[in-house]
Amino acid sequence: MRILVVEDDPIIADAVRVGLALGGASVDCVGTCADALAAVSTTRFAAIVLDIMLPDGSGIDVLSEMRARKETIPVLLLTARDEISDRVSGLDAGADDYLVKPFDLDELAARLRAITRRSEGRADAFLVHGAIRVDPTEASVTVDGRLVQLSRREFAVLAALMERPRVVRSRSDLEERLYGWDDDVESNAVEVHIHHLRNKIGREAIETVRGLGYRMRAV
Amino acid sequence: MTSLRLRLFIILISATGLIWLAAVSWIYISSQRELEHVLDTRLQEAARMVASLAEGLDRSPVDDTNPKTFNPIPLSGYERQLSCQIWSLDGQLIAKSSGAPEGVLTDRKSGFSDHEINGEAWRVYAVEDASKGVRVLVGDRLGFRERLVGDLVKGLLWPALLIIPLLGILIWLSLNRGFRPLTWITHDLAHRKVDDMSPVNVTSTPSEVRPLTDALNQLFAKMDLARRHERDLTAFAAHELRTPLAGLKAQAQVAIAADDPLVMKRALRQILVSVDRTSRLVRQLLAIARLDAGVEDQGSETIAIGGLIDEIAAATARPDAVTVSVDERLATLTWVVNRECLELAIRNLHENAIQHMPSGNVRWRLGSSPNDIVVEDEGPGIPENELSQVGTRFFRGQFKSAVGSGLGLTISQLALERIGARLLLKNRTDTKGLRAEVLRQA
Repeated sequence: MRILVVEDDPIIADAVRVGLALGGASVDCVGTCADALAAVSTTRFAAIVLDIMLPDGSGIDVLSEMRARKETIPVLLLTARDEISDRVSGLDAGADDYLVKPFDLDELAARLRAITRRSEGRADAFLVHGAIRVDPTEASVTVDGRLVQLSRREFAVLAALMERPRVVRSRSDLEERLYGWDDDVESNAVEVHIHHLRNKIGREAIETVRGLGYRMRAV
Repeated sequence: MTSLRLRLFIILISATGLIWLAAVSWIYISSQRELEHVLDTRLQEAARMVASLAEGLDRSPVDDTNPKTFNPIPLSGYERQLSCQIWSLDGQLIAKSSGAPEGVLTDRKSGFSDHEINGEAWRVYAVEDASKGVRVLVGDRLGFRERLVGDLVKGLLWPALLIIPLLGILIWLSLNRGFRPLTWITHDLAHRKVDDMSPVNVTSTPSEVRPLTDALNQLFAKMDLARRHERDLTAFAAHELRTPLAGLKAQAQVAIAADDPLVMKRALRQILVSVDRTSRLVRQLLAIARLDAGVEDQGSETIAIGGLIDEIAAATARPDAVTVSVDERLATLTWVVNRECLELAIRNLHENAIQHMPSGNVRWRLGSSPNDIVVEDEGPGIPENELSQVGTRFFRGQFKSAVGSGLGLTISQLALERIGARLLLKNRTDTKGLRAEVLRQA
């Protein structure tokens, strides 16, 4: 799950980046409205964490601008103000959720999972395909009820494929979801992760569609 | 409470009443005079008529056997109003009308006169005709006259009396109608929501009320501005107070959740930075509280400016790439002011300069006037449209520093005000950066 964090305070941004990464997400941070809009137009994020008070404007304006551009990415607002009018204006501008500072990192992660789940049209917190069951909350995977240990990246690849099991995901698509801008990506990184995944969850589970990418095999 | 409407009503009613009363009096007096004139003329004509008819009159005196009275055709309601006597020139009563008194009506030979006869007031006209040897006296009772005038005026008065309450009702209704714009404004103000600061609609306001509504609208605008200002302040304060706390909490959670000792250590270091920032914020808030409480009462002392700046510069941490230079001429400059205020001002200006530049020189020097202090940095400066706002508490502009709180320049400004100095902020024209001038009013 790739998340954009728009927060000008370096310490909060750092904590959110590291904290969400511990839960398996890859996080990019920007500190201004302009950078946020640029990031959204160039990269596909699963969700955005948006601070309201930014140095070059209001996060609400960024949100309105995004919604005006028909961007449907789920957005969670971070606000220092605990006033109902602020929350209402944020939600009315198109936010999916909000948190008041100081917030709980676990709650932020849970709310992000919830709004991405909703945006994908799923009510269930688990991703299930055949014998494979992915629990994004715990970042855990079971095959036939047996717990499988996956690395952070492997989990992210599997979760991406499981979201829509029969849709082909290209290598670049997966890379974009896996790595932030600051990460060094090896040219065959996705192949390596797929290889390890096949070893752990079963050789037949992931299907290679030649020239296009990968998808889960039909059950 | 005085009601303008009631006052106007009373004034209008009294004024109309007074005019009405004057009109009635005038009508009464003029009708009376007119009537008297008419009646006098009638007396005169009657006397002359009788005199001209007196030619072949039986000149034997009137006695019981020879009453010789004549009856004029009675007038309905005002019967026997006129009485007539015909006397011979030698003083014999020759004839009289019925109901006329026995005694002579007047001693006067001719003309008008008033007399009292048998307890009744009479108005008499006498005419003497020497050729016919008669004196004709015609008179009427003044009581009759007064009754006539009274009746006439009464006939006019009744409708006039009915008009008074009608006038009152009309005046009251007109007043209500006239006051309607005021009622609208009152209604508008009374039914306003507490936070509605929109101006009162003045399109239908009469010009007399306009100054009032204009003043009201100005007040609303001022209140709205003050409230917005307060709201902004609250928002800025909430942001500045909650942000370091949010950082602290999130980093602490990272430290707890991290299995990697490197990640944990890094988070703990961030916590330390956050704590430093928060304690600086607390220090600044306390400084503002002290300045607001009026620290200036604590007395002044002679302070060497150069020494104070050196002291502060030495105690303030700065990145290696930032240098500080202090003009030698500042060493001889002394101000006699409250030390705490000056120290607060200088320290916050110094910190502000350092915070806004990763590298460069912070230069303290003498101003254009030998009593002024100037500090110049090589940071991004302040956008012109933000220059007026940077003194606002918690305001942080576009080029805000990572560790700032939006209070530094506020503190400098407040502290300088306390010691009778002024802070002037300008963007440098020679190079990028901000110039802060501390002007000492002589």
